[in-house]
Amino acid sequence: MGKYLLRRVLQMIPVVIGTTLLIYALVFALPGDPVKAMFGDKPVNEAVAAQIRSEYNLDKPFIVQYLLFLKNALTLDFGKTFSGQQVIDVIGRAFPVTIKLALMAFVFEAIFGVIFGIISGLKKGKWYDTVILIVSLLLISVPTFVTGFVMQFVFGVKWHILPVTAGTNPGFLDLLMPAMVLGSVSMAYIIRLTRSEIASNMNEDYVRTARAKGMTNNAVTMRHILRNSMIPVVTYLGTDIGALMGGAMISERIFNIQGVGNTLYQGILRGEGTLVVSIVTILVLIFVICNLVVDLLYAVLDPRIRYA
Amino acid sequence: MHSLNGDGPEKTLLMSNLLIFGIVRLLVCDKNIVLNNLGVTVEGVAPGSVGVTPRSNIYTSRGAKSMRKSSKLSLFTAAACVLALGLSACGSSSSDASSDASASTSIINAYGCEPQNPLIPTNTNETCGGNPIDLLFAKLVSFDAKGKASNEVAKDISANSDNTEFTITLKSGWKFTDGTPVTAESFTKAWSYGADATNAQVSSSFFSVIKGYDALQEKGVASDAQLSGLKVVDDNTFTVALNEPSSVFPIMLGYTAYAPLPESFFKDPKAFGEKPVGNGPYKFESWTHNQSIKLVKNDAYKGNQQAKNGGITFKMYTDVDPAYADVQAGNLDVLETVPSSATTTFQTDDTLQAYNKAGSVFQSFTFPSTLEHFKNDEEGHLRRQAISMSIDRKAIVDKVLGGIGTPAVDFTSPVTPGYSDSLKGNSVLKYNKTEAKKLWDEANKISEWKSSDKLTFAYNADGGAKPVYDAIVNSVKNTLGIDAATNPMPTFSEFRAAVTDRSIKSAFRTGWQPDYPSAENYLKPLYSSSAADGNGSNDGDYKNTAFDKLISQAASSSSEDEANKDYQSAQEILLEDLPAVPLYYSNAAGVAAKGVKGFTMNWKNLPVYQDLTK
Repeated sequence: MGKYLLRRVLQMIPVVIGTTLLIYALVFALPGDPVKAMFGDKPVNEAVAAQIRSEYNLDKPFIVQYLLFLKNALTLDFGKTFSGQQVIDVIGRAFPVTIKLALMAFVFEAIFGVIFGIISGLKKGKWYDTVILIVSLLLISVPTFVTGFVMQFVFGVKWHILPVTAGTNPGFLDLLMPAMVLGSVSMAYIIRLTRSEIASNMNEDYVRTARAKGMTNNAVTMRHILRNSMIPVVTYLGTDIGALMGGAMISERIFNIQGVGNTLYQGILRGEGTLVVSIVTILVLIFVICNLVVDLLYAVLDPRIRYA
Repeated sequence: MHSLNGDGPEKTLLMSNLLIFGIVRLLVCDKNIVLNNLGVTVEGVAPGSVGVTPRSNIYTSRGAKSMRKSSKLSLFTAAACVLALGLSACGSSSSDASSDASASTSIINAYGCEPQNPLIPTNTNETCGGNPIDLLFAKLVSFDAKGKASNEVAKDISANSDNTEFTITLKSGWKFTDGTPVTAESFTKAWSYGADATNAQVSSSFFSVIKGYDALQEKGVASDAQLSGLKVVDDNTFTVALNEPSSVFPIMLGYTAYAPLPESFFKDPKAFGEKPVGNGPYKFESWTHNQSIKLVKNDAYKGNQQAKNGGITFKMYTDVDPAYADVQAGNLDVLETVPSSATTTFQTDDTLQAYNKAGSVFQSFTFPSTLEHFKNDEEGHLRRQAISMSIDRKAIVDKVLGGIGTPAVDFTSPVTPGYSDSLKGNSVLKYNKTEAKKLWDEANKISEWKSSDKLTFAYNADGGAKPVYDAIVNSVKNTLGIDAATNPMPTFSEFRAAVTDRSIKSAFRTGWQPDYPSAENYLKPLYSSSAADGNGSNDGDYKNTAFDKLISQAASSSSEDEANKDYQSAQEILLEDLPAVPLYYSNAAGVAAKGVKGFTMNWKNLPVYQDLTK
């Protein structure tokens, strides 16, 4: 177990180095010149441009730039953005908001997804099963920005039930609508995943055996059907938390949430290599850690799984 | 975030050894929202339970541990992941209400965005930072809503006979909000700082008209070197020597970069950029990155732009659509643009106030002088005119832009002093199919347009120009029967790079937003020979000595009217040569919430912030 954990943690090192190198190269290869773009459509003062390039090491070859970034990153110095702010401060402002949003979306999709999935799976063919299936199909097929704009208009602008945008320092209510929009597609997937897992597990031999032994219906459902149905759901949820954090860009733009997605988008537009790489690295770490947690959780769900 | 380090107690971490980055504290916010909703308390998950206990028995009906555990699984996963990340989940949600706003003076919430640079006048060339800066600093001259210049901090600006040297005297009694006086040195030192390449200020080229600018562009110049063209006579007087005559210099002095700076700036420019001290109608209160910039009324201000409200809070957005929704719902008071999703509806929307009048932004496309068949010669001129006359500007403005533009009839804008809608030769900007065809055939006699030839229009696809250029291409194809296409480039940055290094081999989109209200600003930087070949914004490398002569004649003329006459004649030359084909003027179009009073927009297509009340 300890060995397994250590191996997994050590595996993270090449993953992080690989991704940072790749992302750095991609940002470097972006067409256009970030320094020239700073001048807008005004004439570029070459002396000033040269000054800015040397300040941000942009005048050095790619590999030197990357190694300098890596060297500084090891001492927790992630450099500064073109606006002169420390990258670490920018990240420190963006992540709490996004984490709050992602967690709310996560809780929303996990609770409602599993509950509706169970209802629908256990009572296959009933009218509410059909309703749940149709709604989940709708959520999957309609793009998030449509759901977002419609909800924003109806609940925010027309009915004044929920805040239109999250704005500064968003609290629970401010993030409620964005979180529902963000979590809606995953929720629909979880409903369908849970439903089909339950449906197939209900026909398993061990379920029939349990029933034959005279176990109560409730015990069979809880101990045998649900527990076994949760493994793929947990896998999905685990990988989804990373996706929720990195993929919140659309909801963040619709509801004006100054989180990771928006910061990343701005960073890419402005060609800010260090900012983009730092954020992506953290997202990669989140993915890797969540995957590890999910793998460890399998053993809780299914005692046959062991790690060595 | 006001307080990342919140007021909640810090909790012990699980798996903190996995954390590599600095954000390591799990903060429990005062409302405890997130964790409450998870249904678990931090203490409820014991560290050991995250790990896995190996079990020997295989899965049998009795092997399952307890149903309590599995029913809690989704919560458990969530909690485990949160804790594994160990990142703070909540920030404090302190109230946004401004504490020192009295009941009688309202605070106006205006649309804003995160400035790209620190708030330093010479280092700001975009509106996110420019709008707050213009309210924080009073310059030598100010402009009214129509763009008419009048002295503000300056008592008098007088030129010598050929407009190469200016003597500027200041009104006495002006003070920065830190109490220090505004002196001649506040200006000369600020401008020198901005011009000095060592200080890497993005607006530095604005000072290139002043003598001594070139000397400050060398490598390794001291950061406090002074422009040799600036001479301080006494506390309230200084002189400016220019490299060449300029009758428009007194108007340029109203541009953001020419703001004065207090002594405290030079001691610590970095700190100043986060917390600027100015002399304008508003005083800086706070800047919370990515959230808001708060300005309050400066009671000591005695200039031309007295604030009628108690302050302006720029709320930051990354997209216009949510801002528009906030105006509809009354959460935002004023927004100076209209998102493309609302252009057809905003004027009839009864949840807000709309404003839509001809504005100052000039939209065109430019022909590079090296483009085959479209060179700056007789054939090229004929073809450029033919293309221009085959475009139905009115239809584009009405159908494609939803009416938030005005067809162009000159090279400046309807809100620019000296504008005329009756310039000789402006019929070339009117839609005329037969004339277009005739001119095109004439050009064919000089040099044949082969069936393999194709005319392309390049534009940046991230600015919403696609429908306009699709319409232009269709118009040209239908009228002239030639092969034409668009060439969209993904980002503005990529597009501008191709334009500035002259690798672009097609007609390309050009637009111009004036820095100060003068025809000179629309003409000299864009079409004069001195601005060609990478020395300015003459991206098509247009050269015409007759045009240059009129521009320099205007620069040394003694009155504004006389100068404007020259600028008009210069435009008549442009109408023949068409280095750029004028399309339309972007309107000053914006919206304000119901209940906001005094909503008008100025020559910069911006709301007159100081007149807004509610």
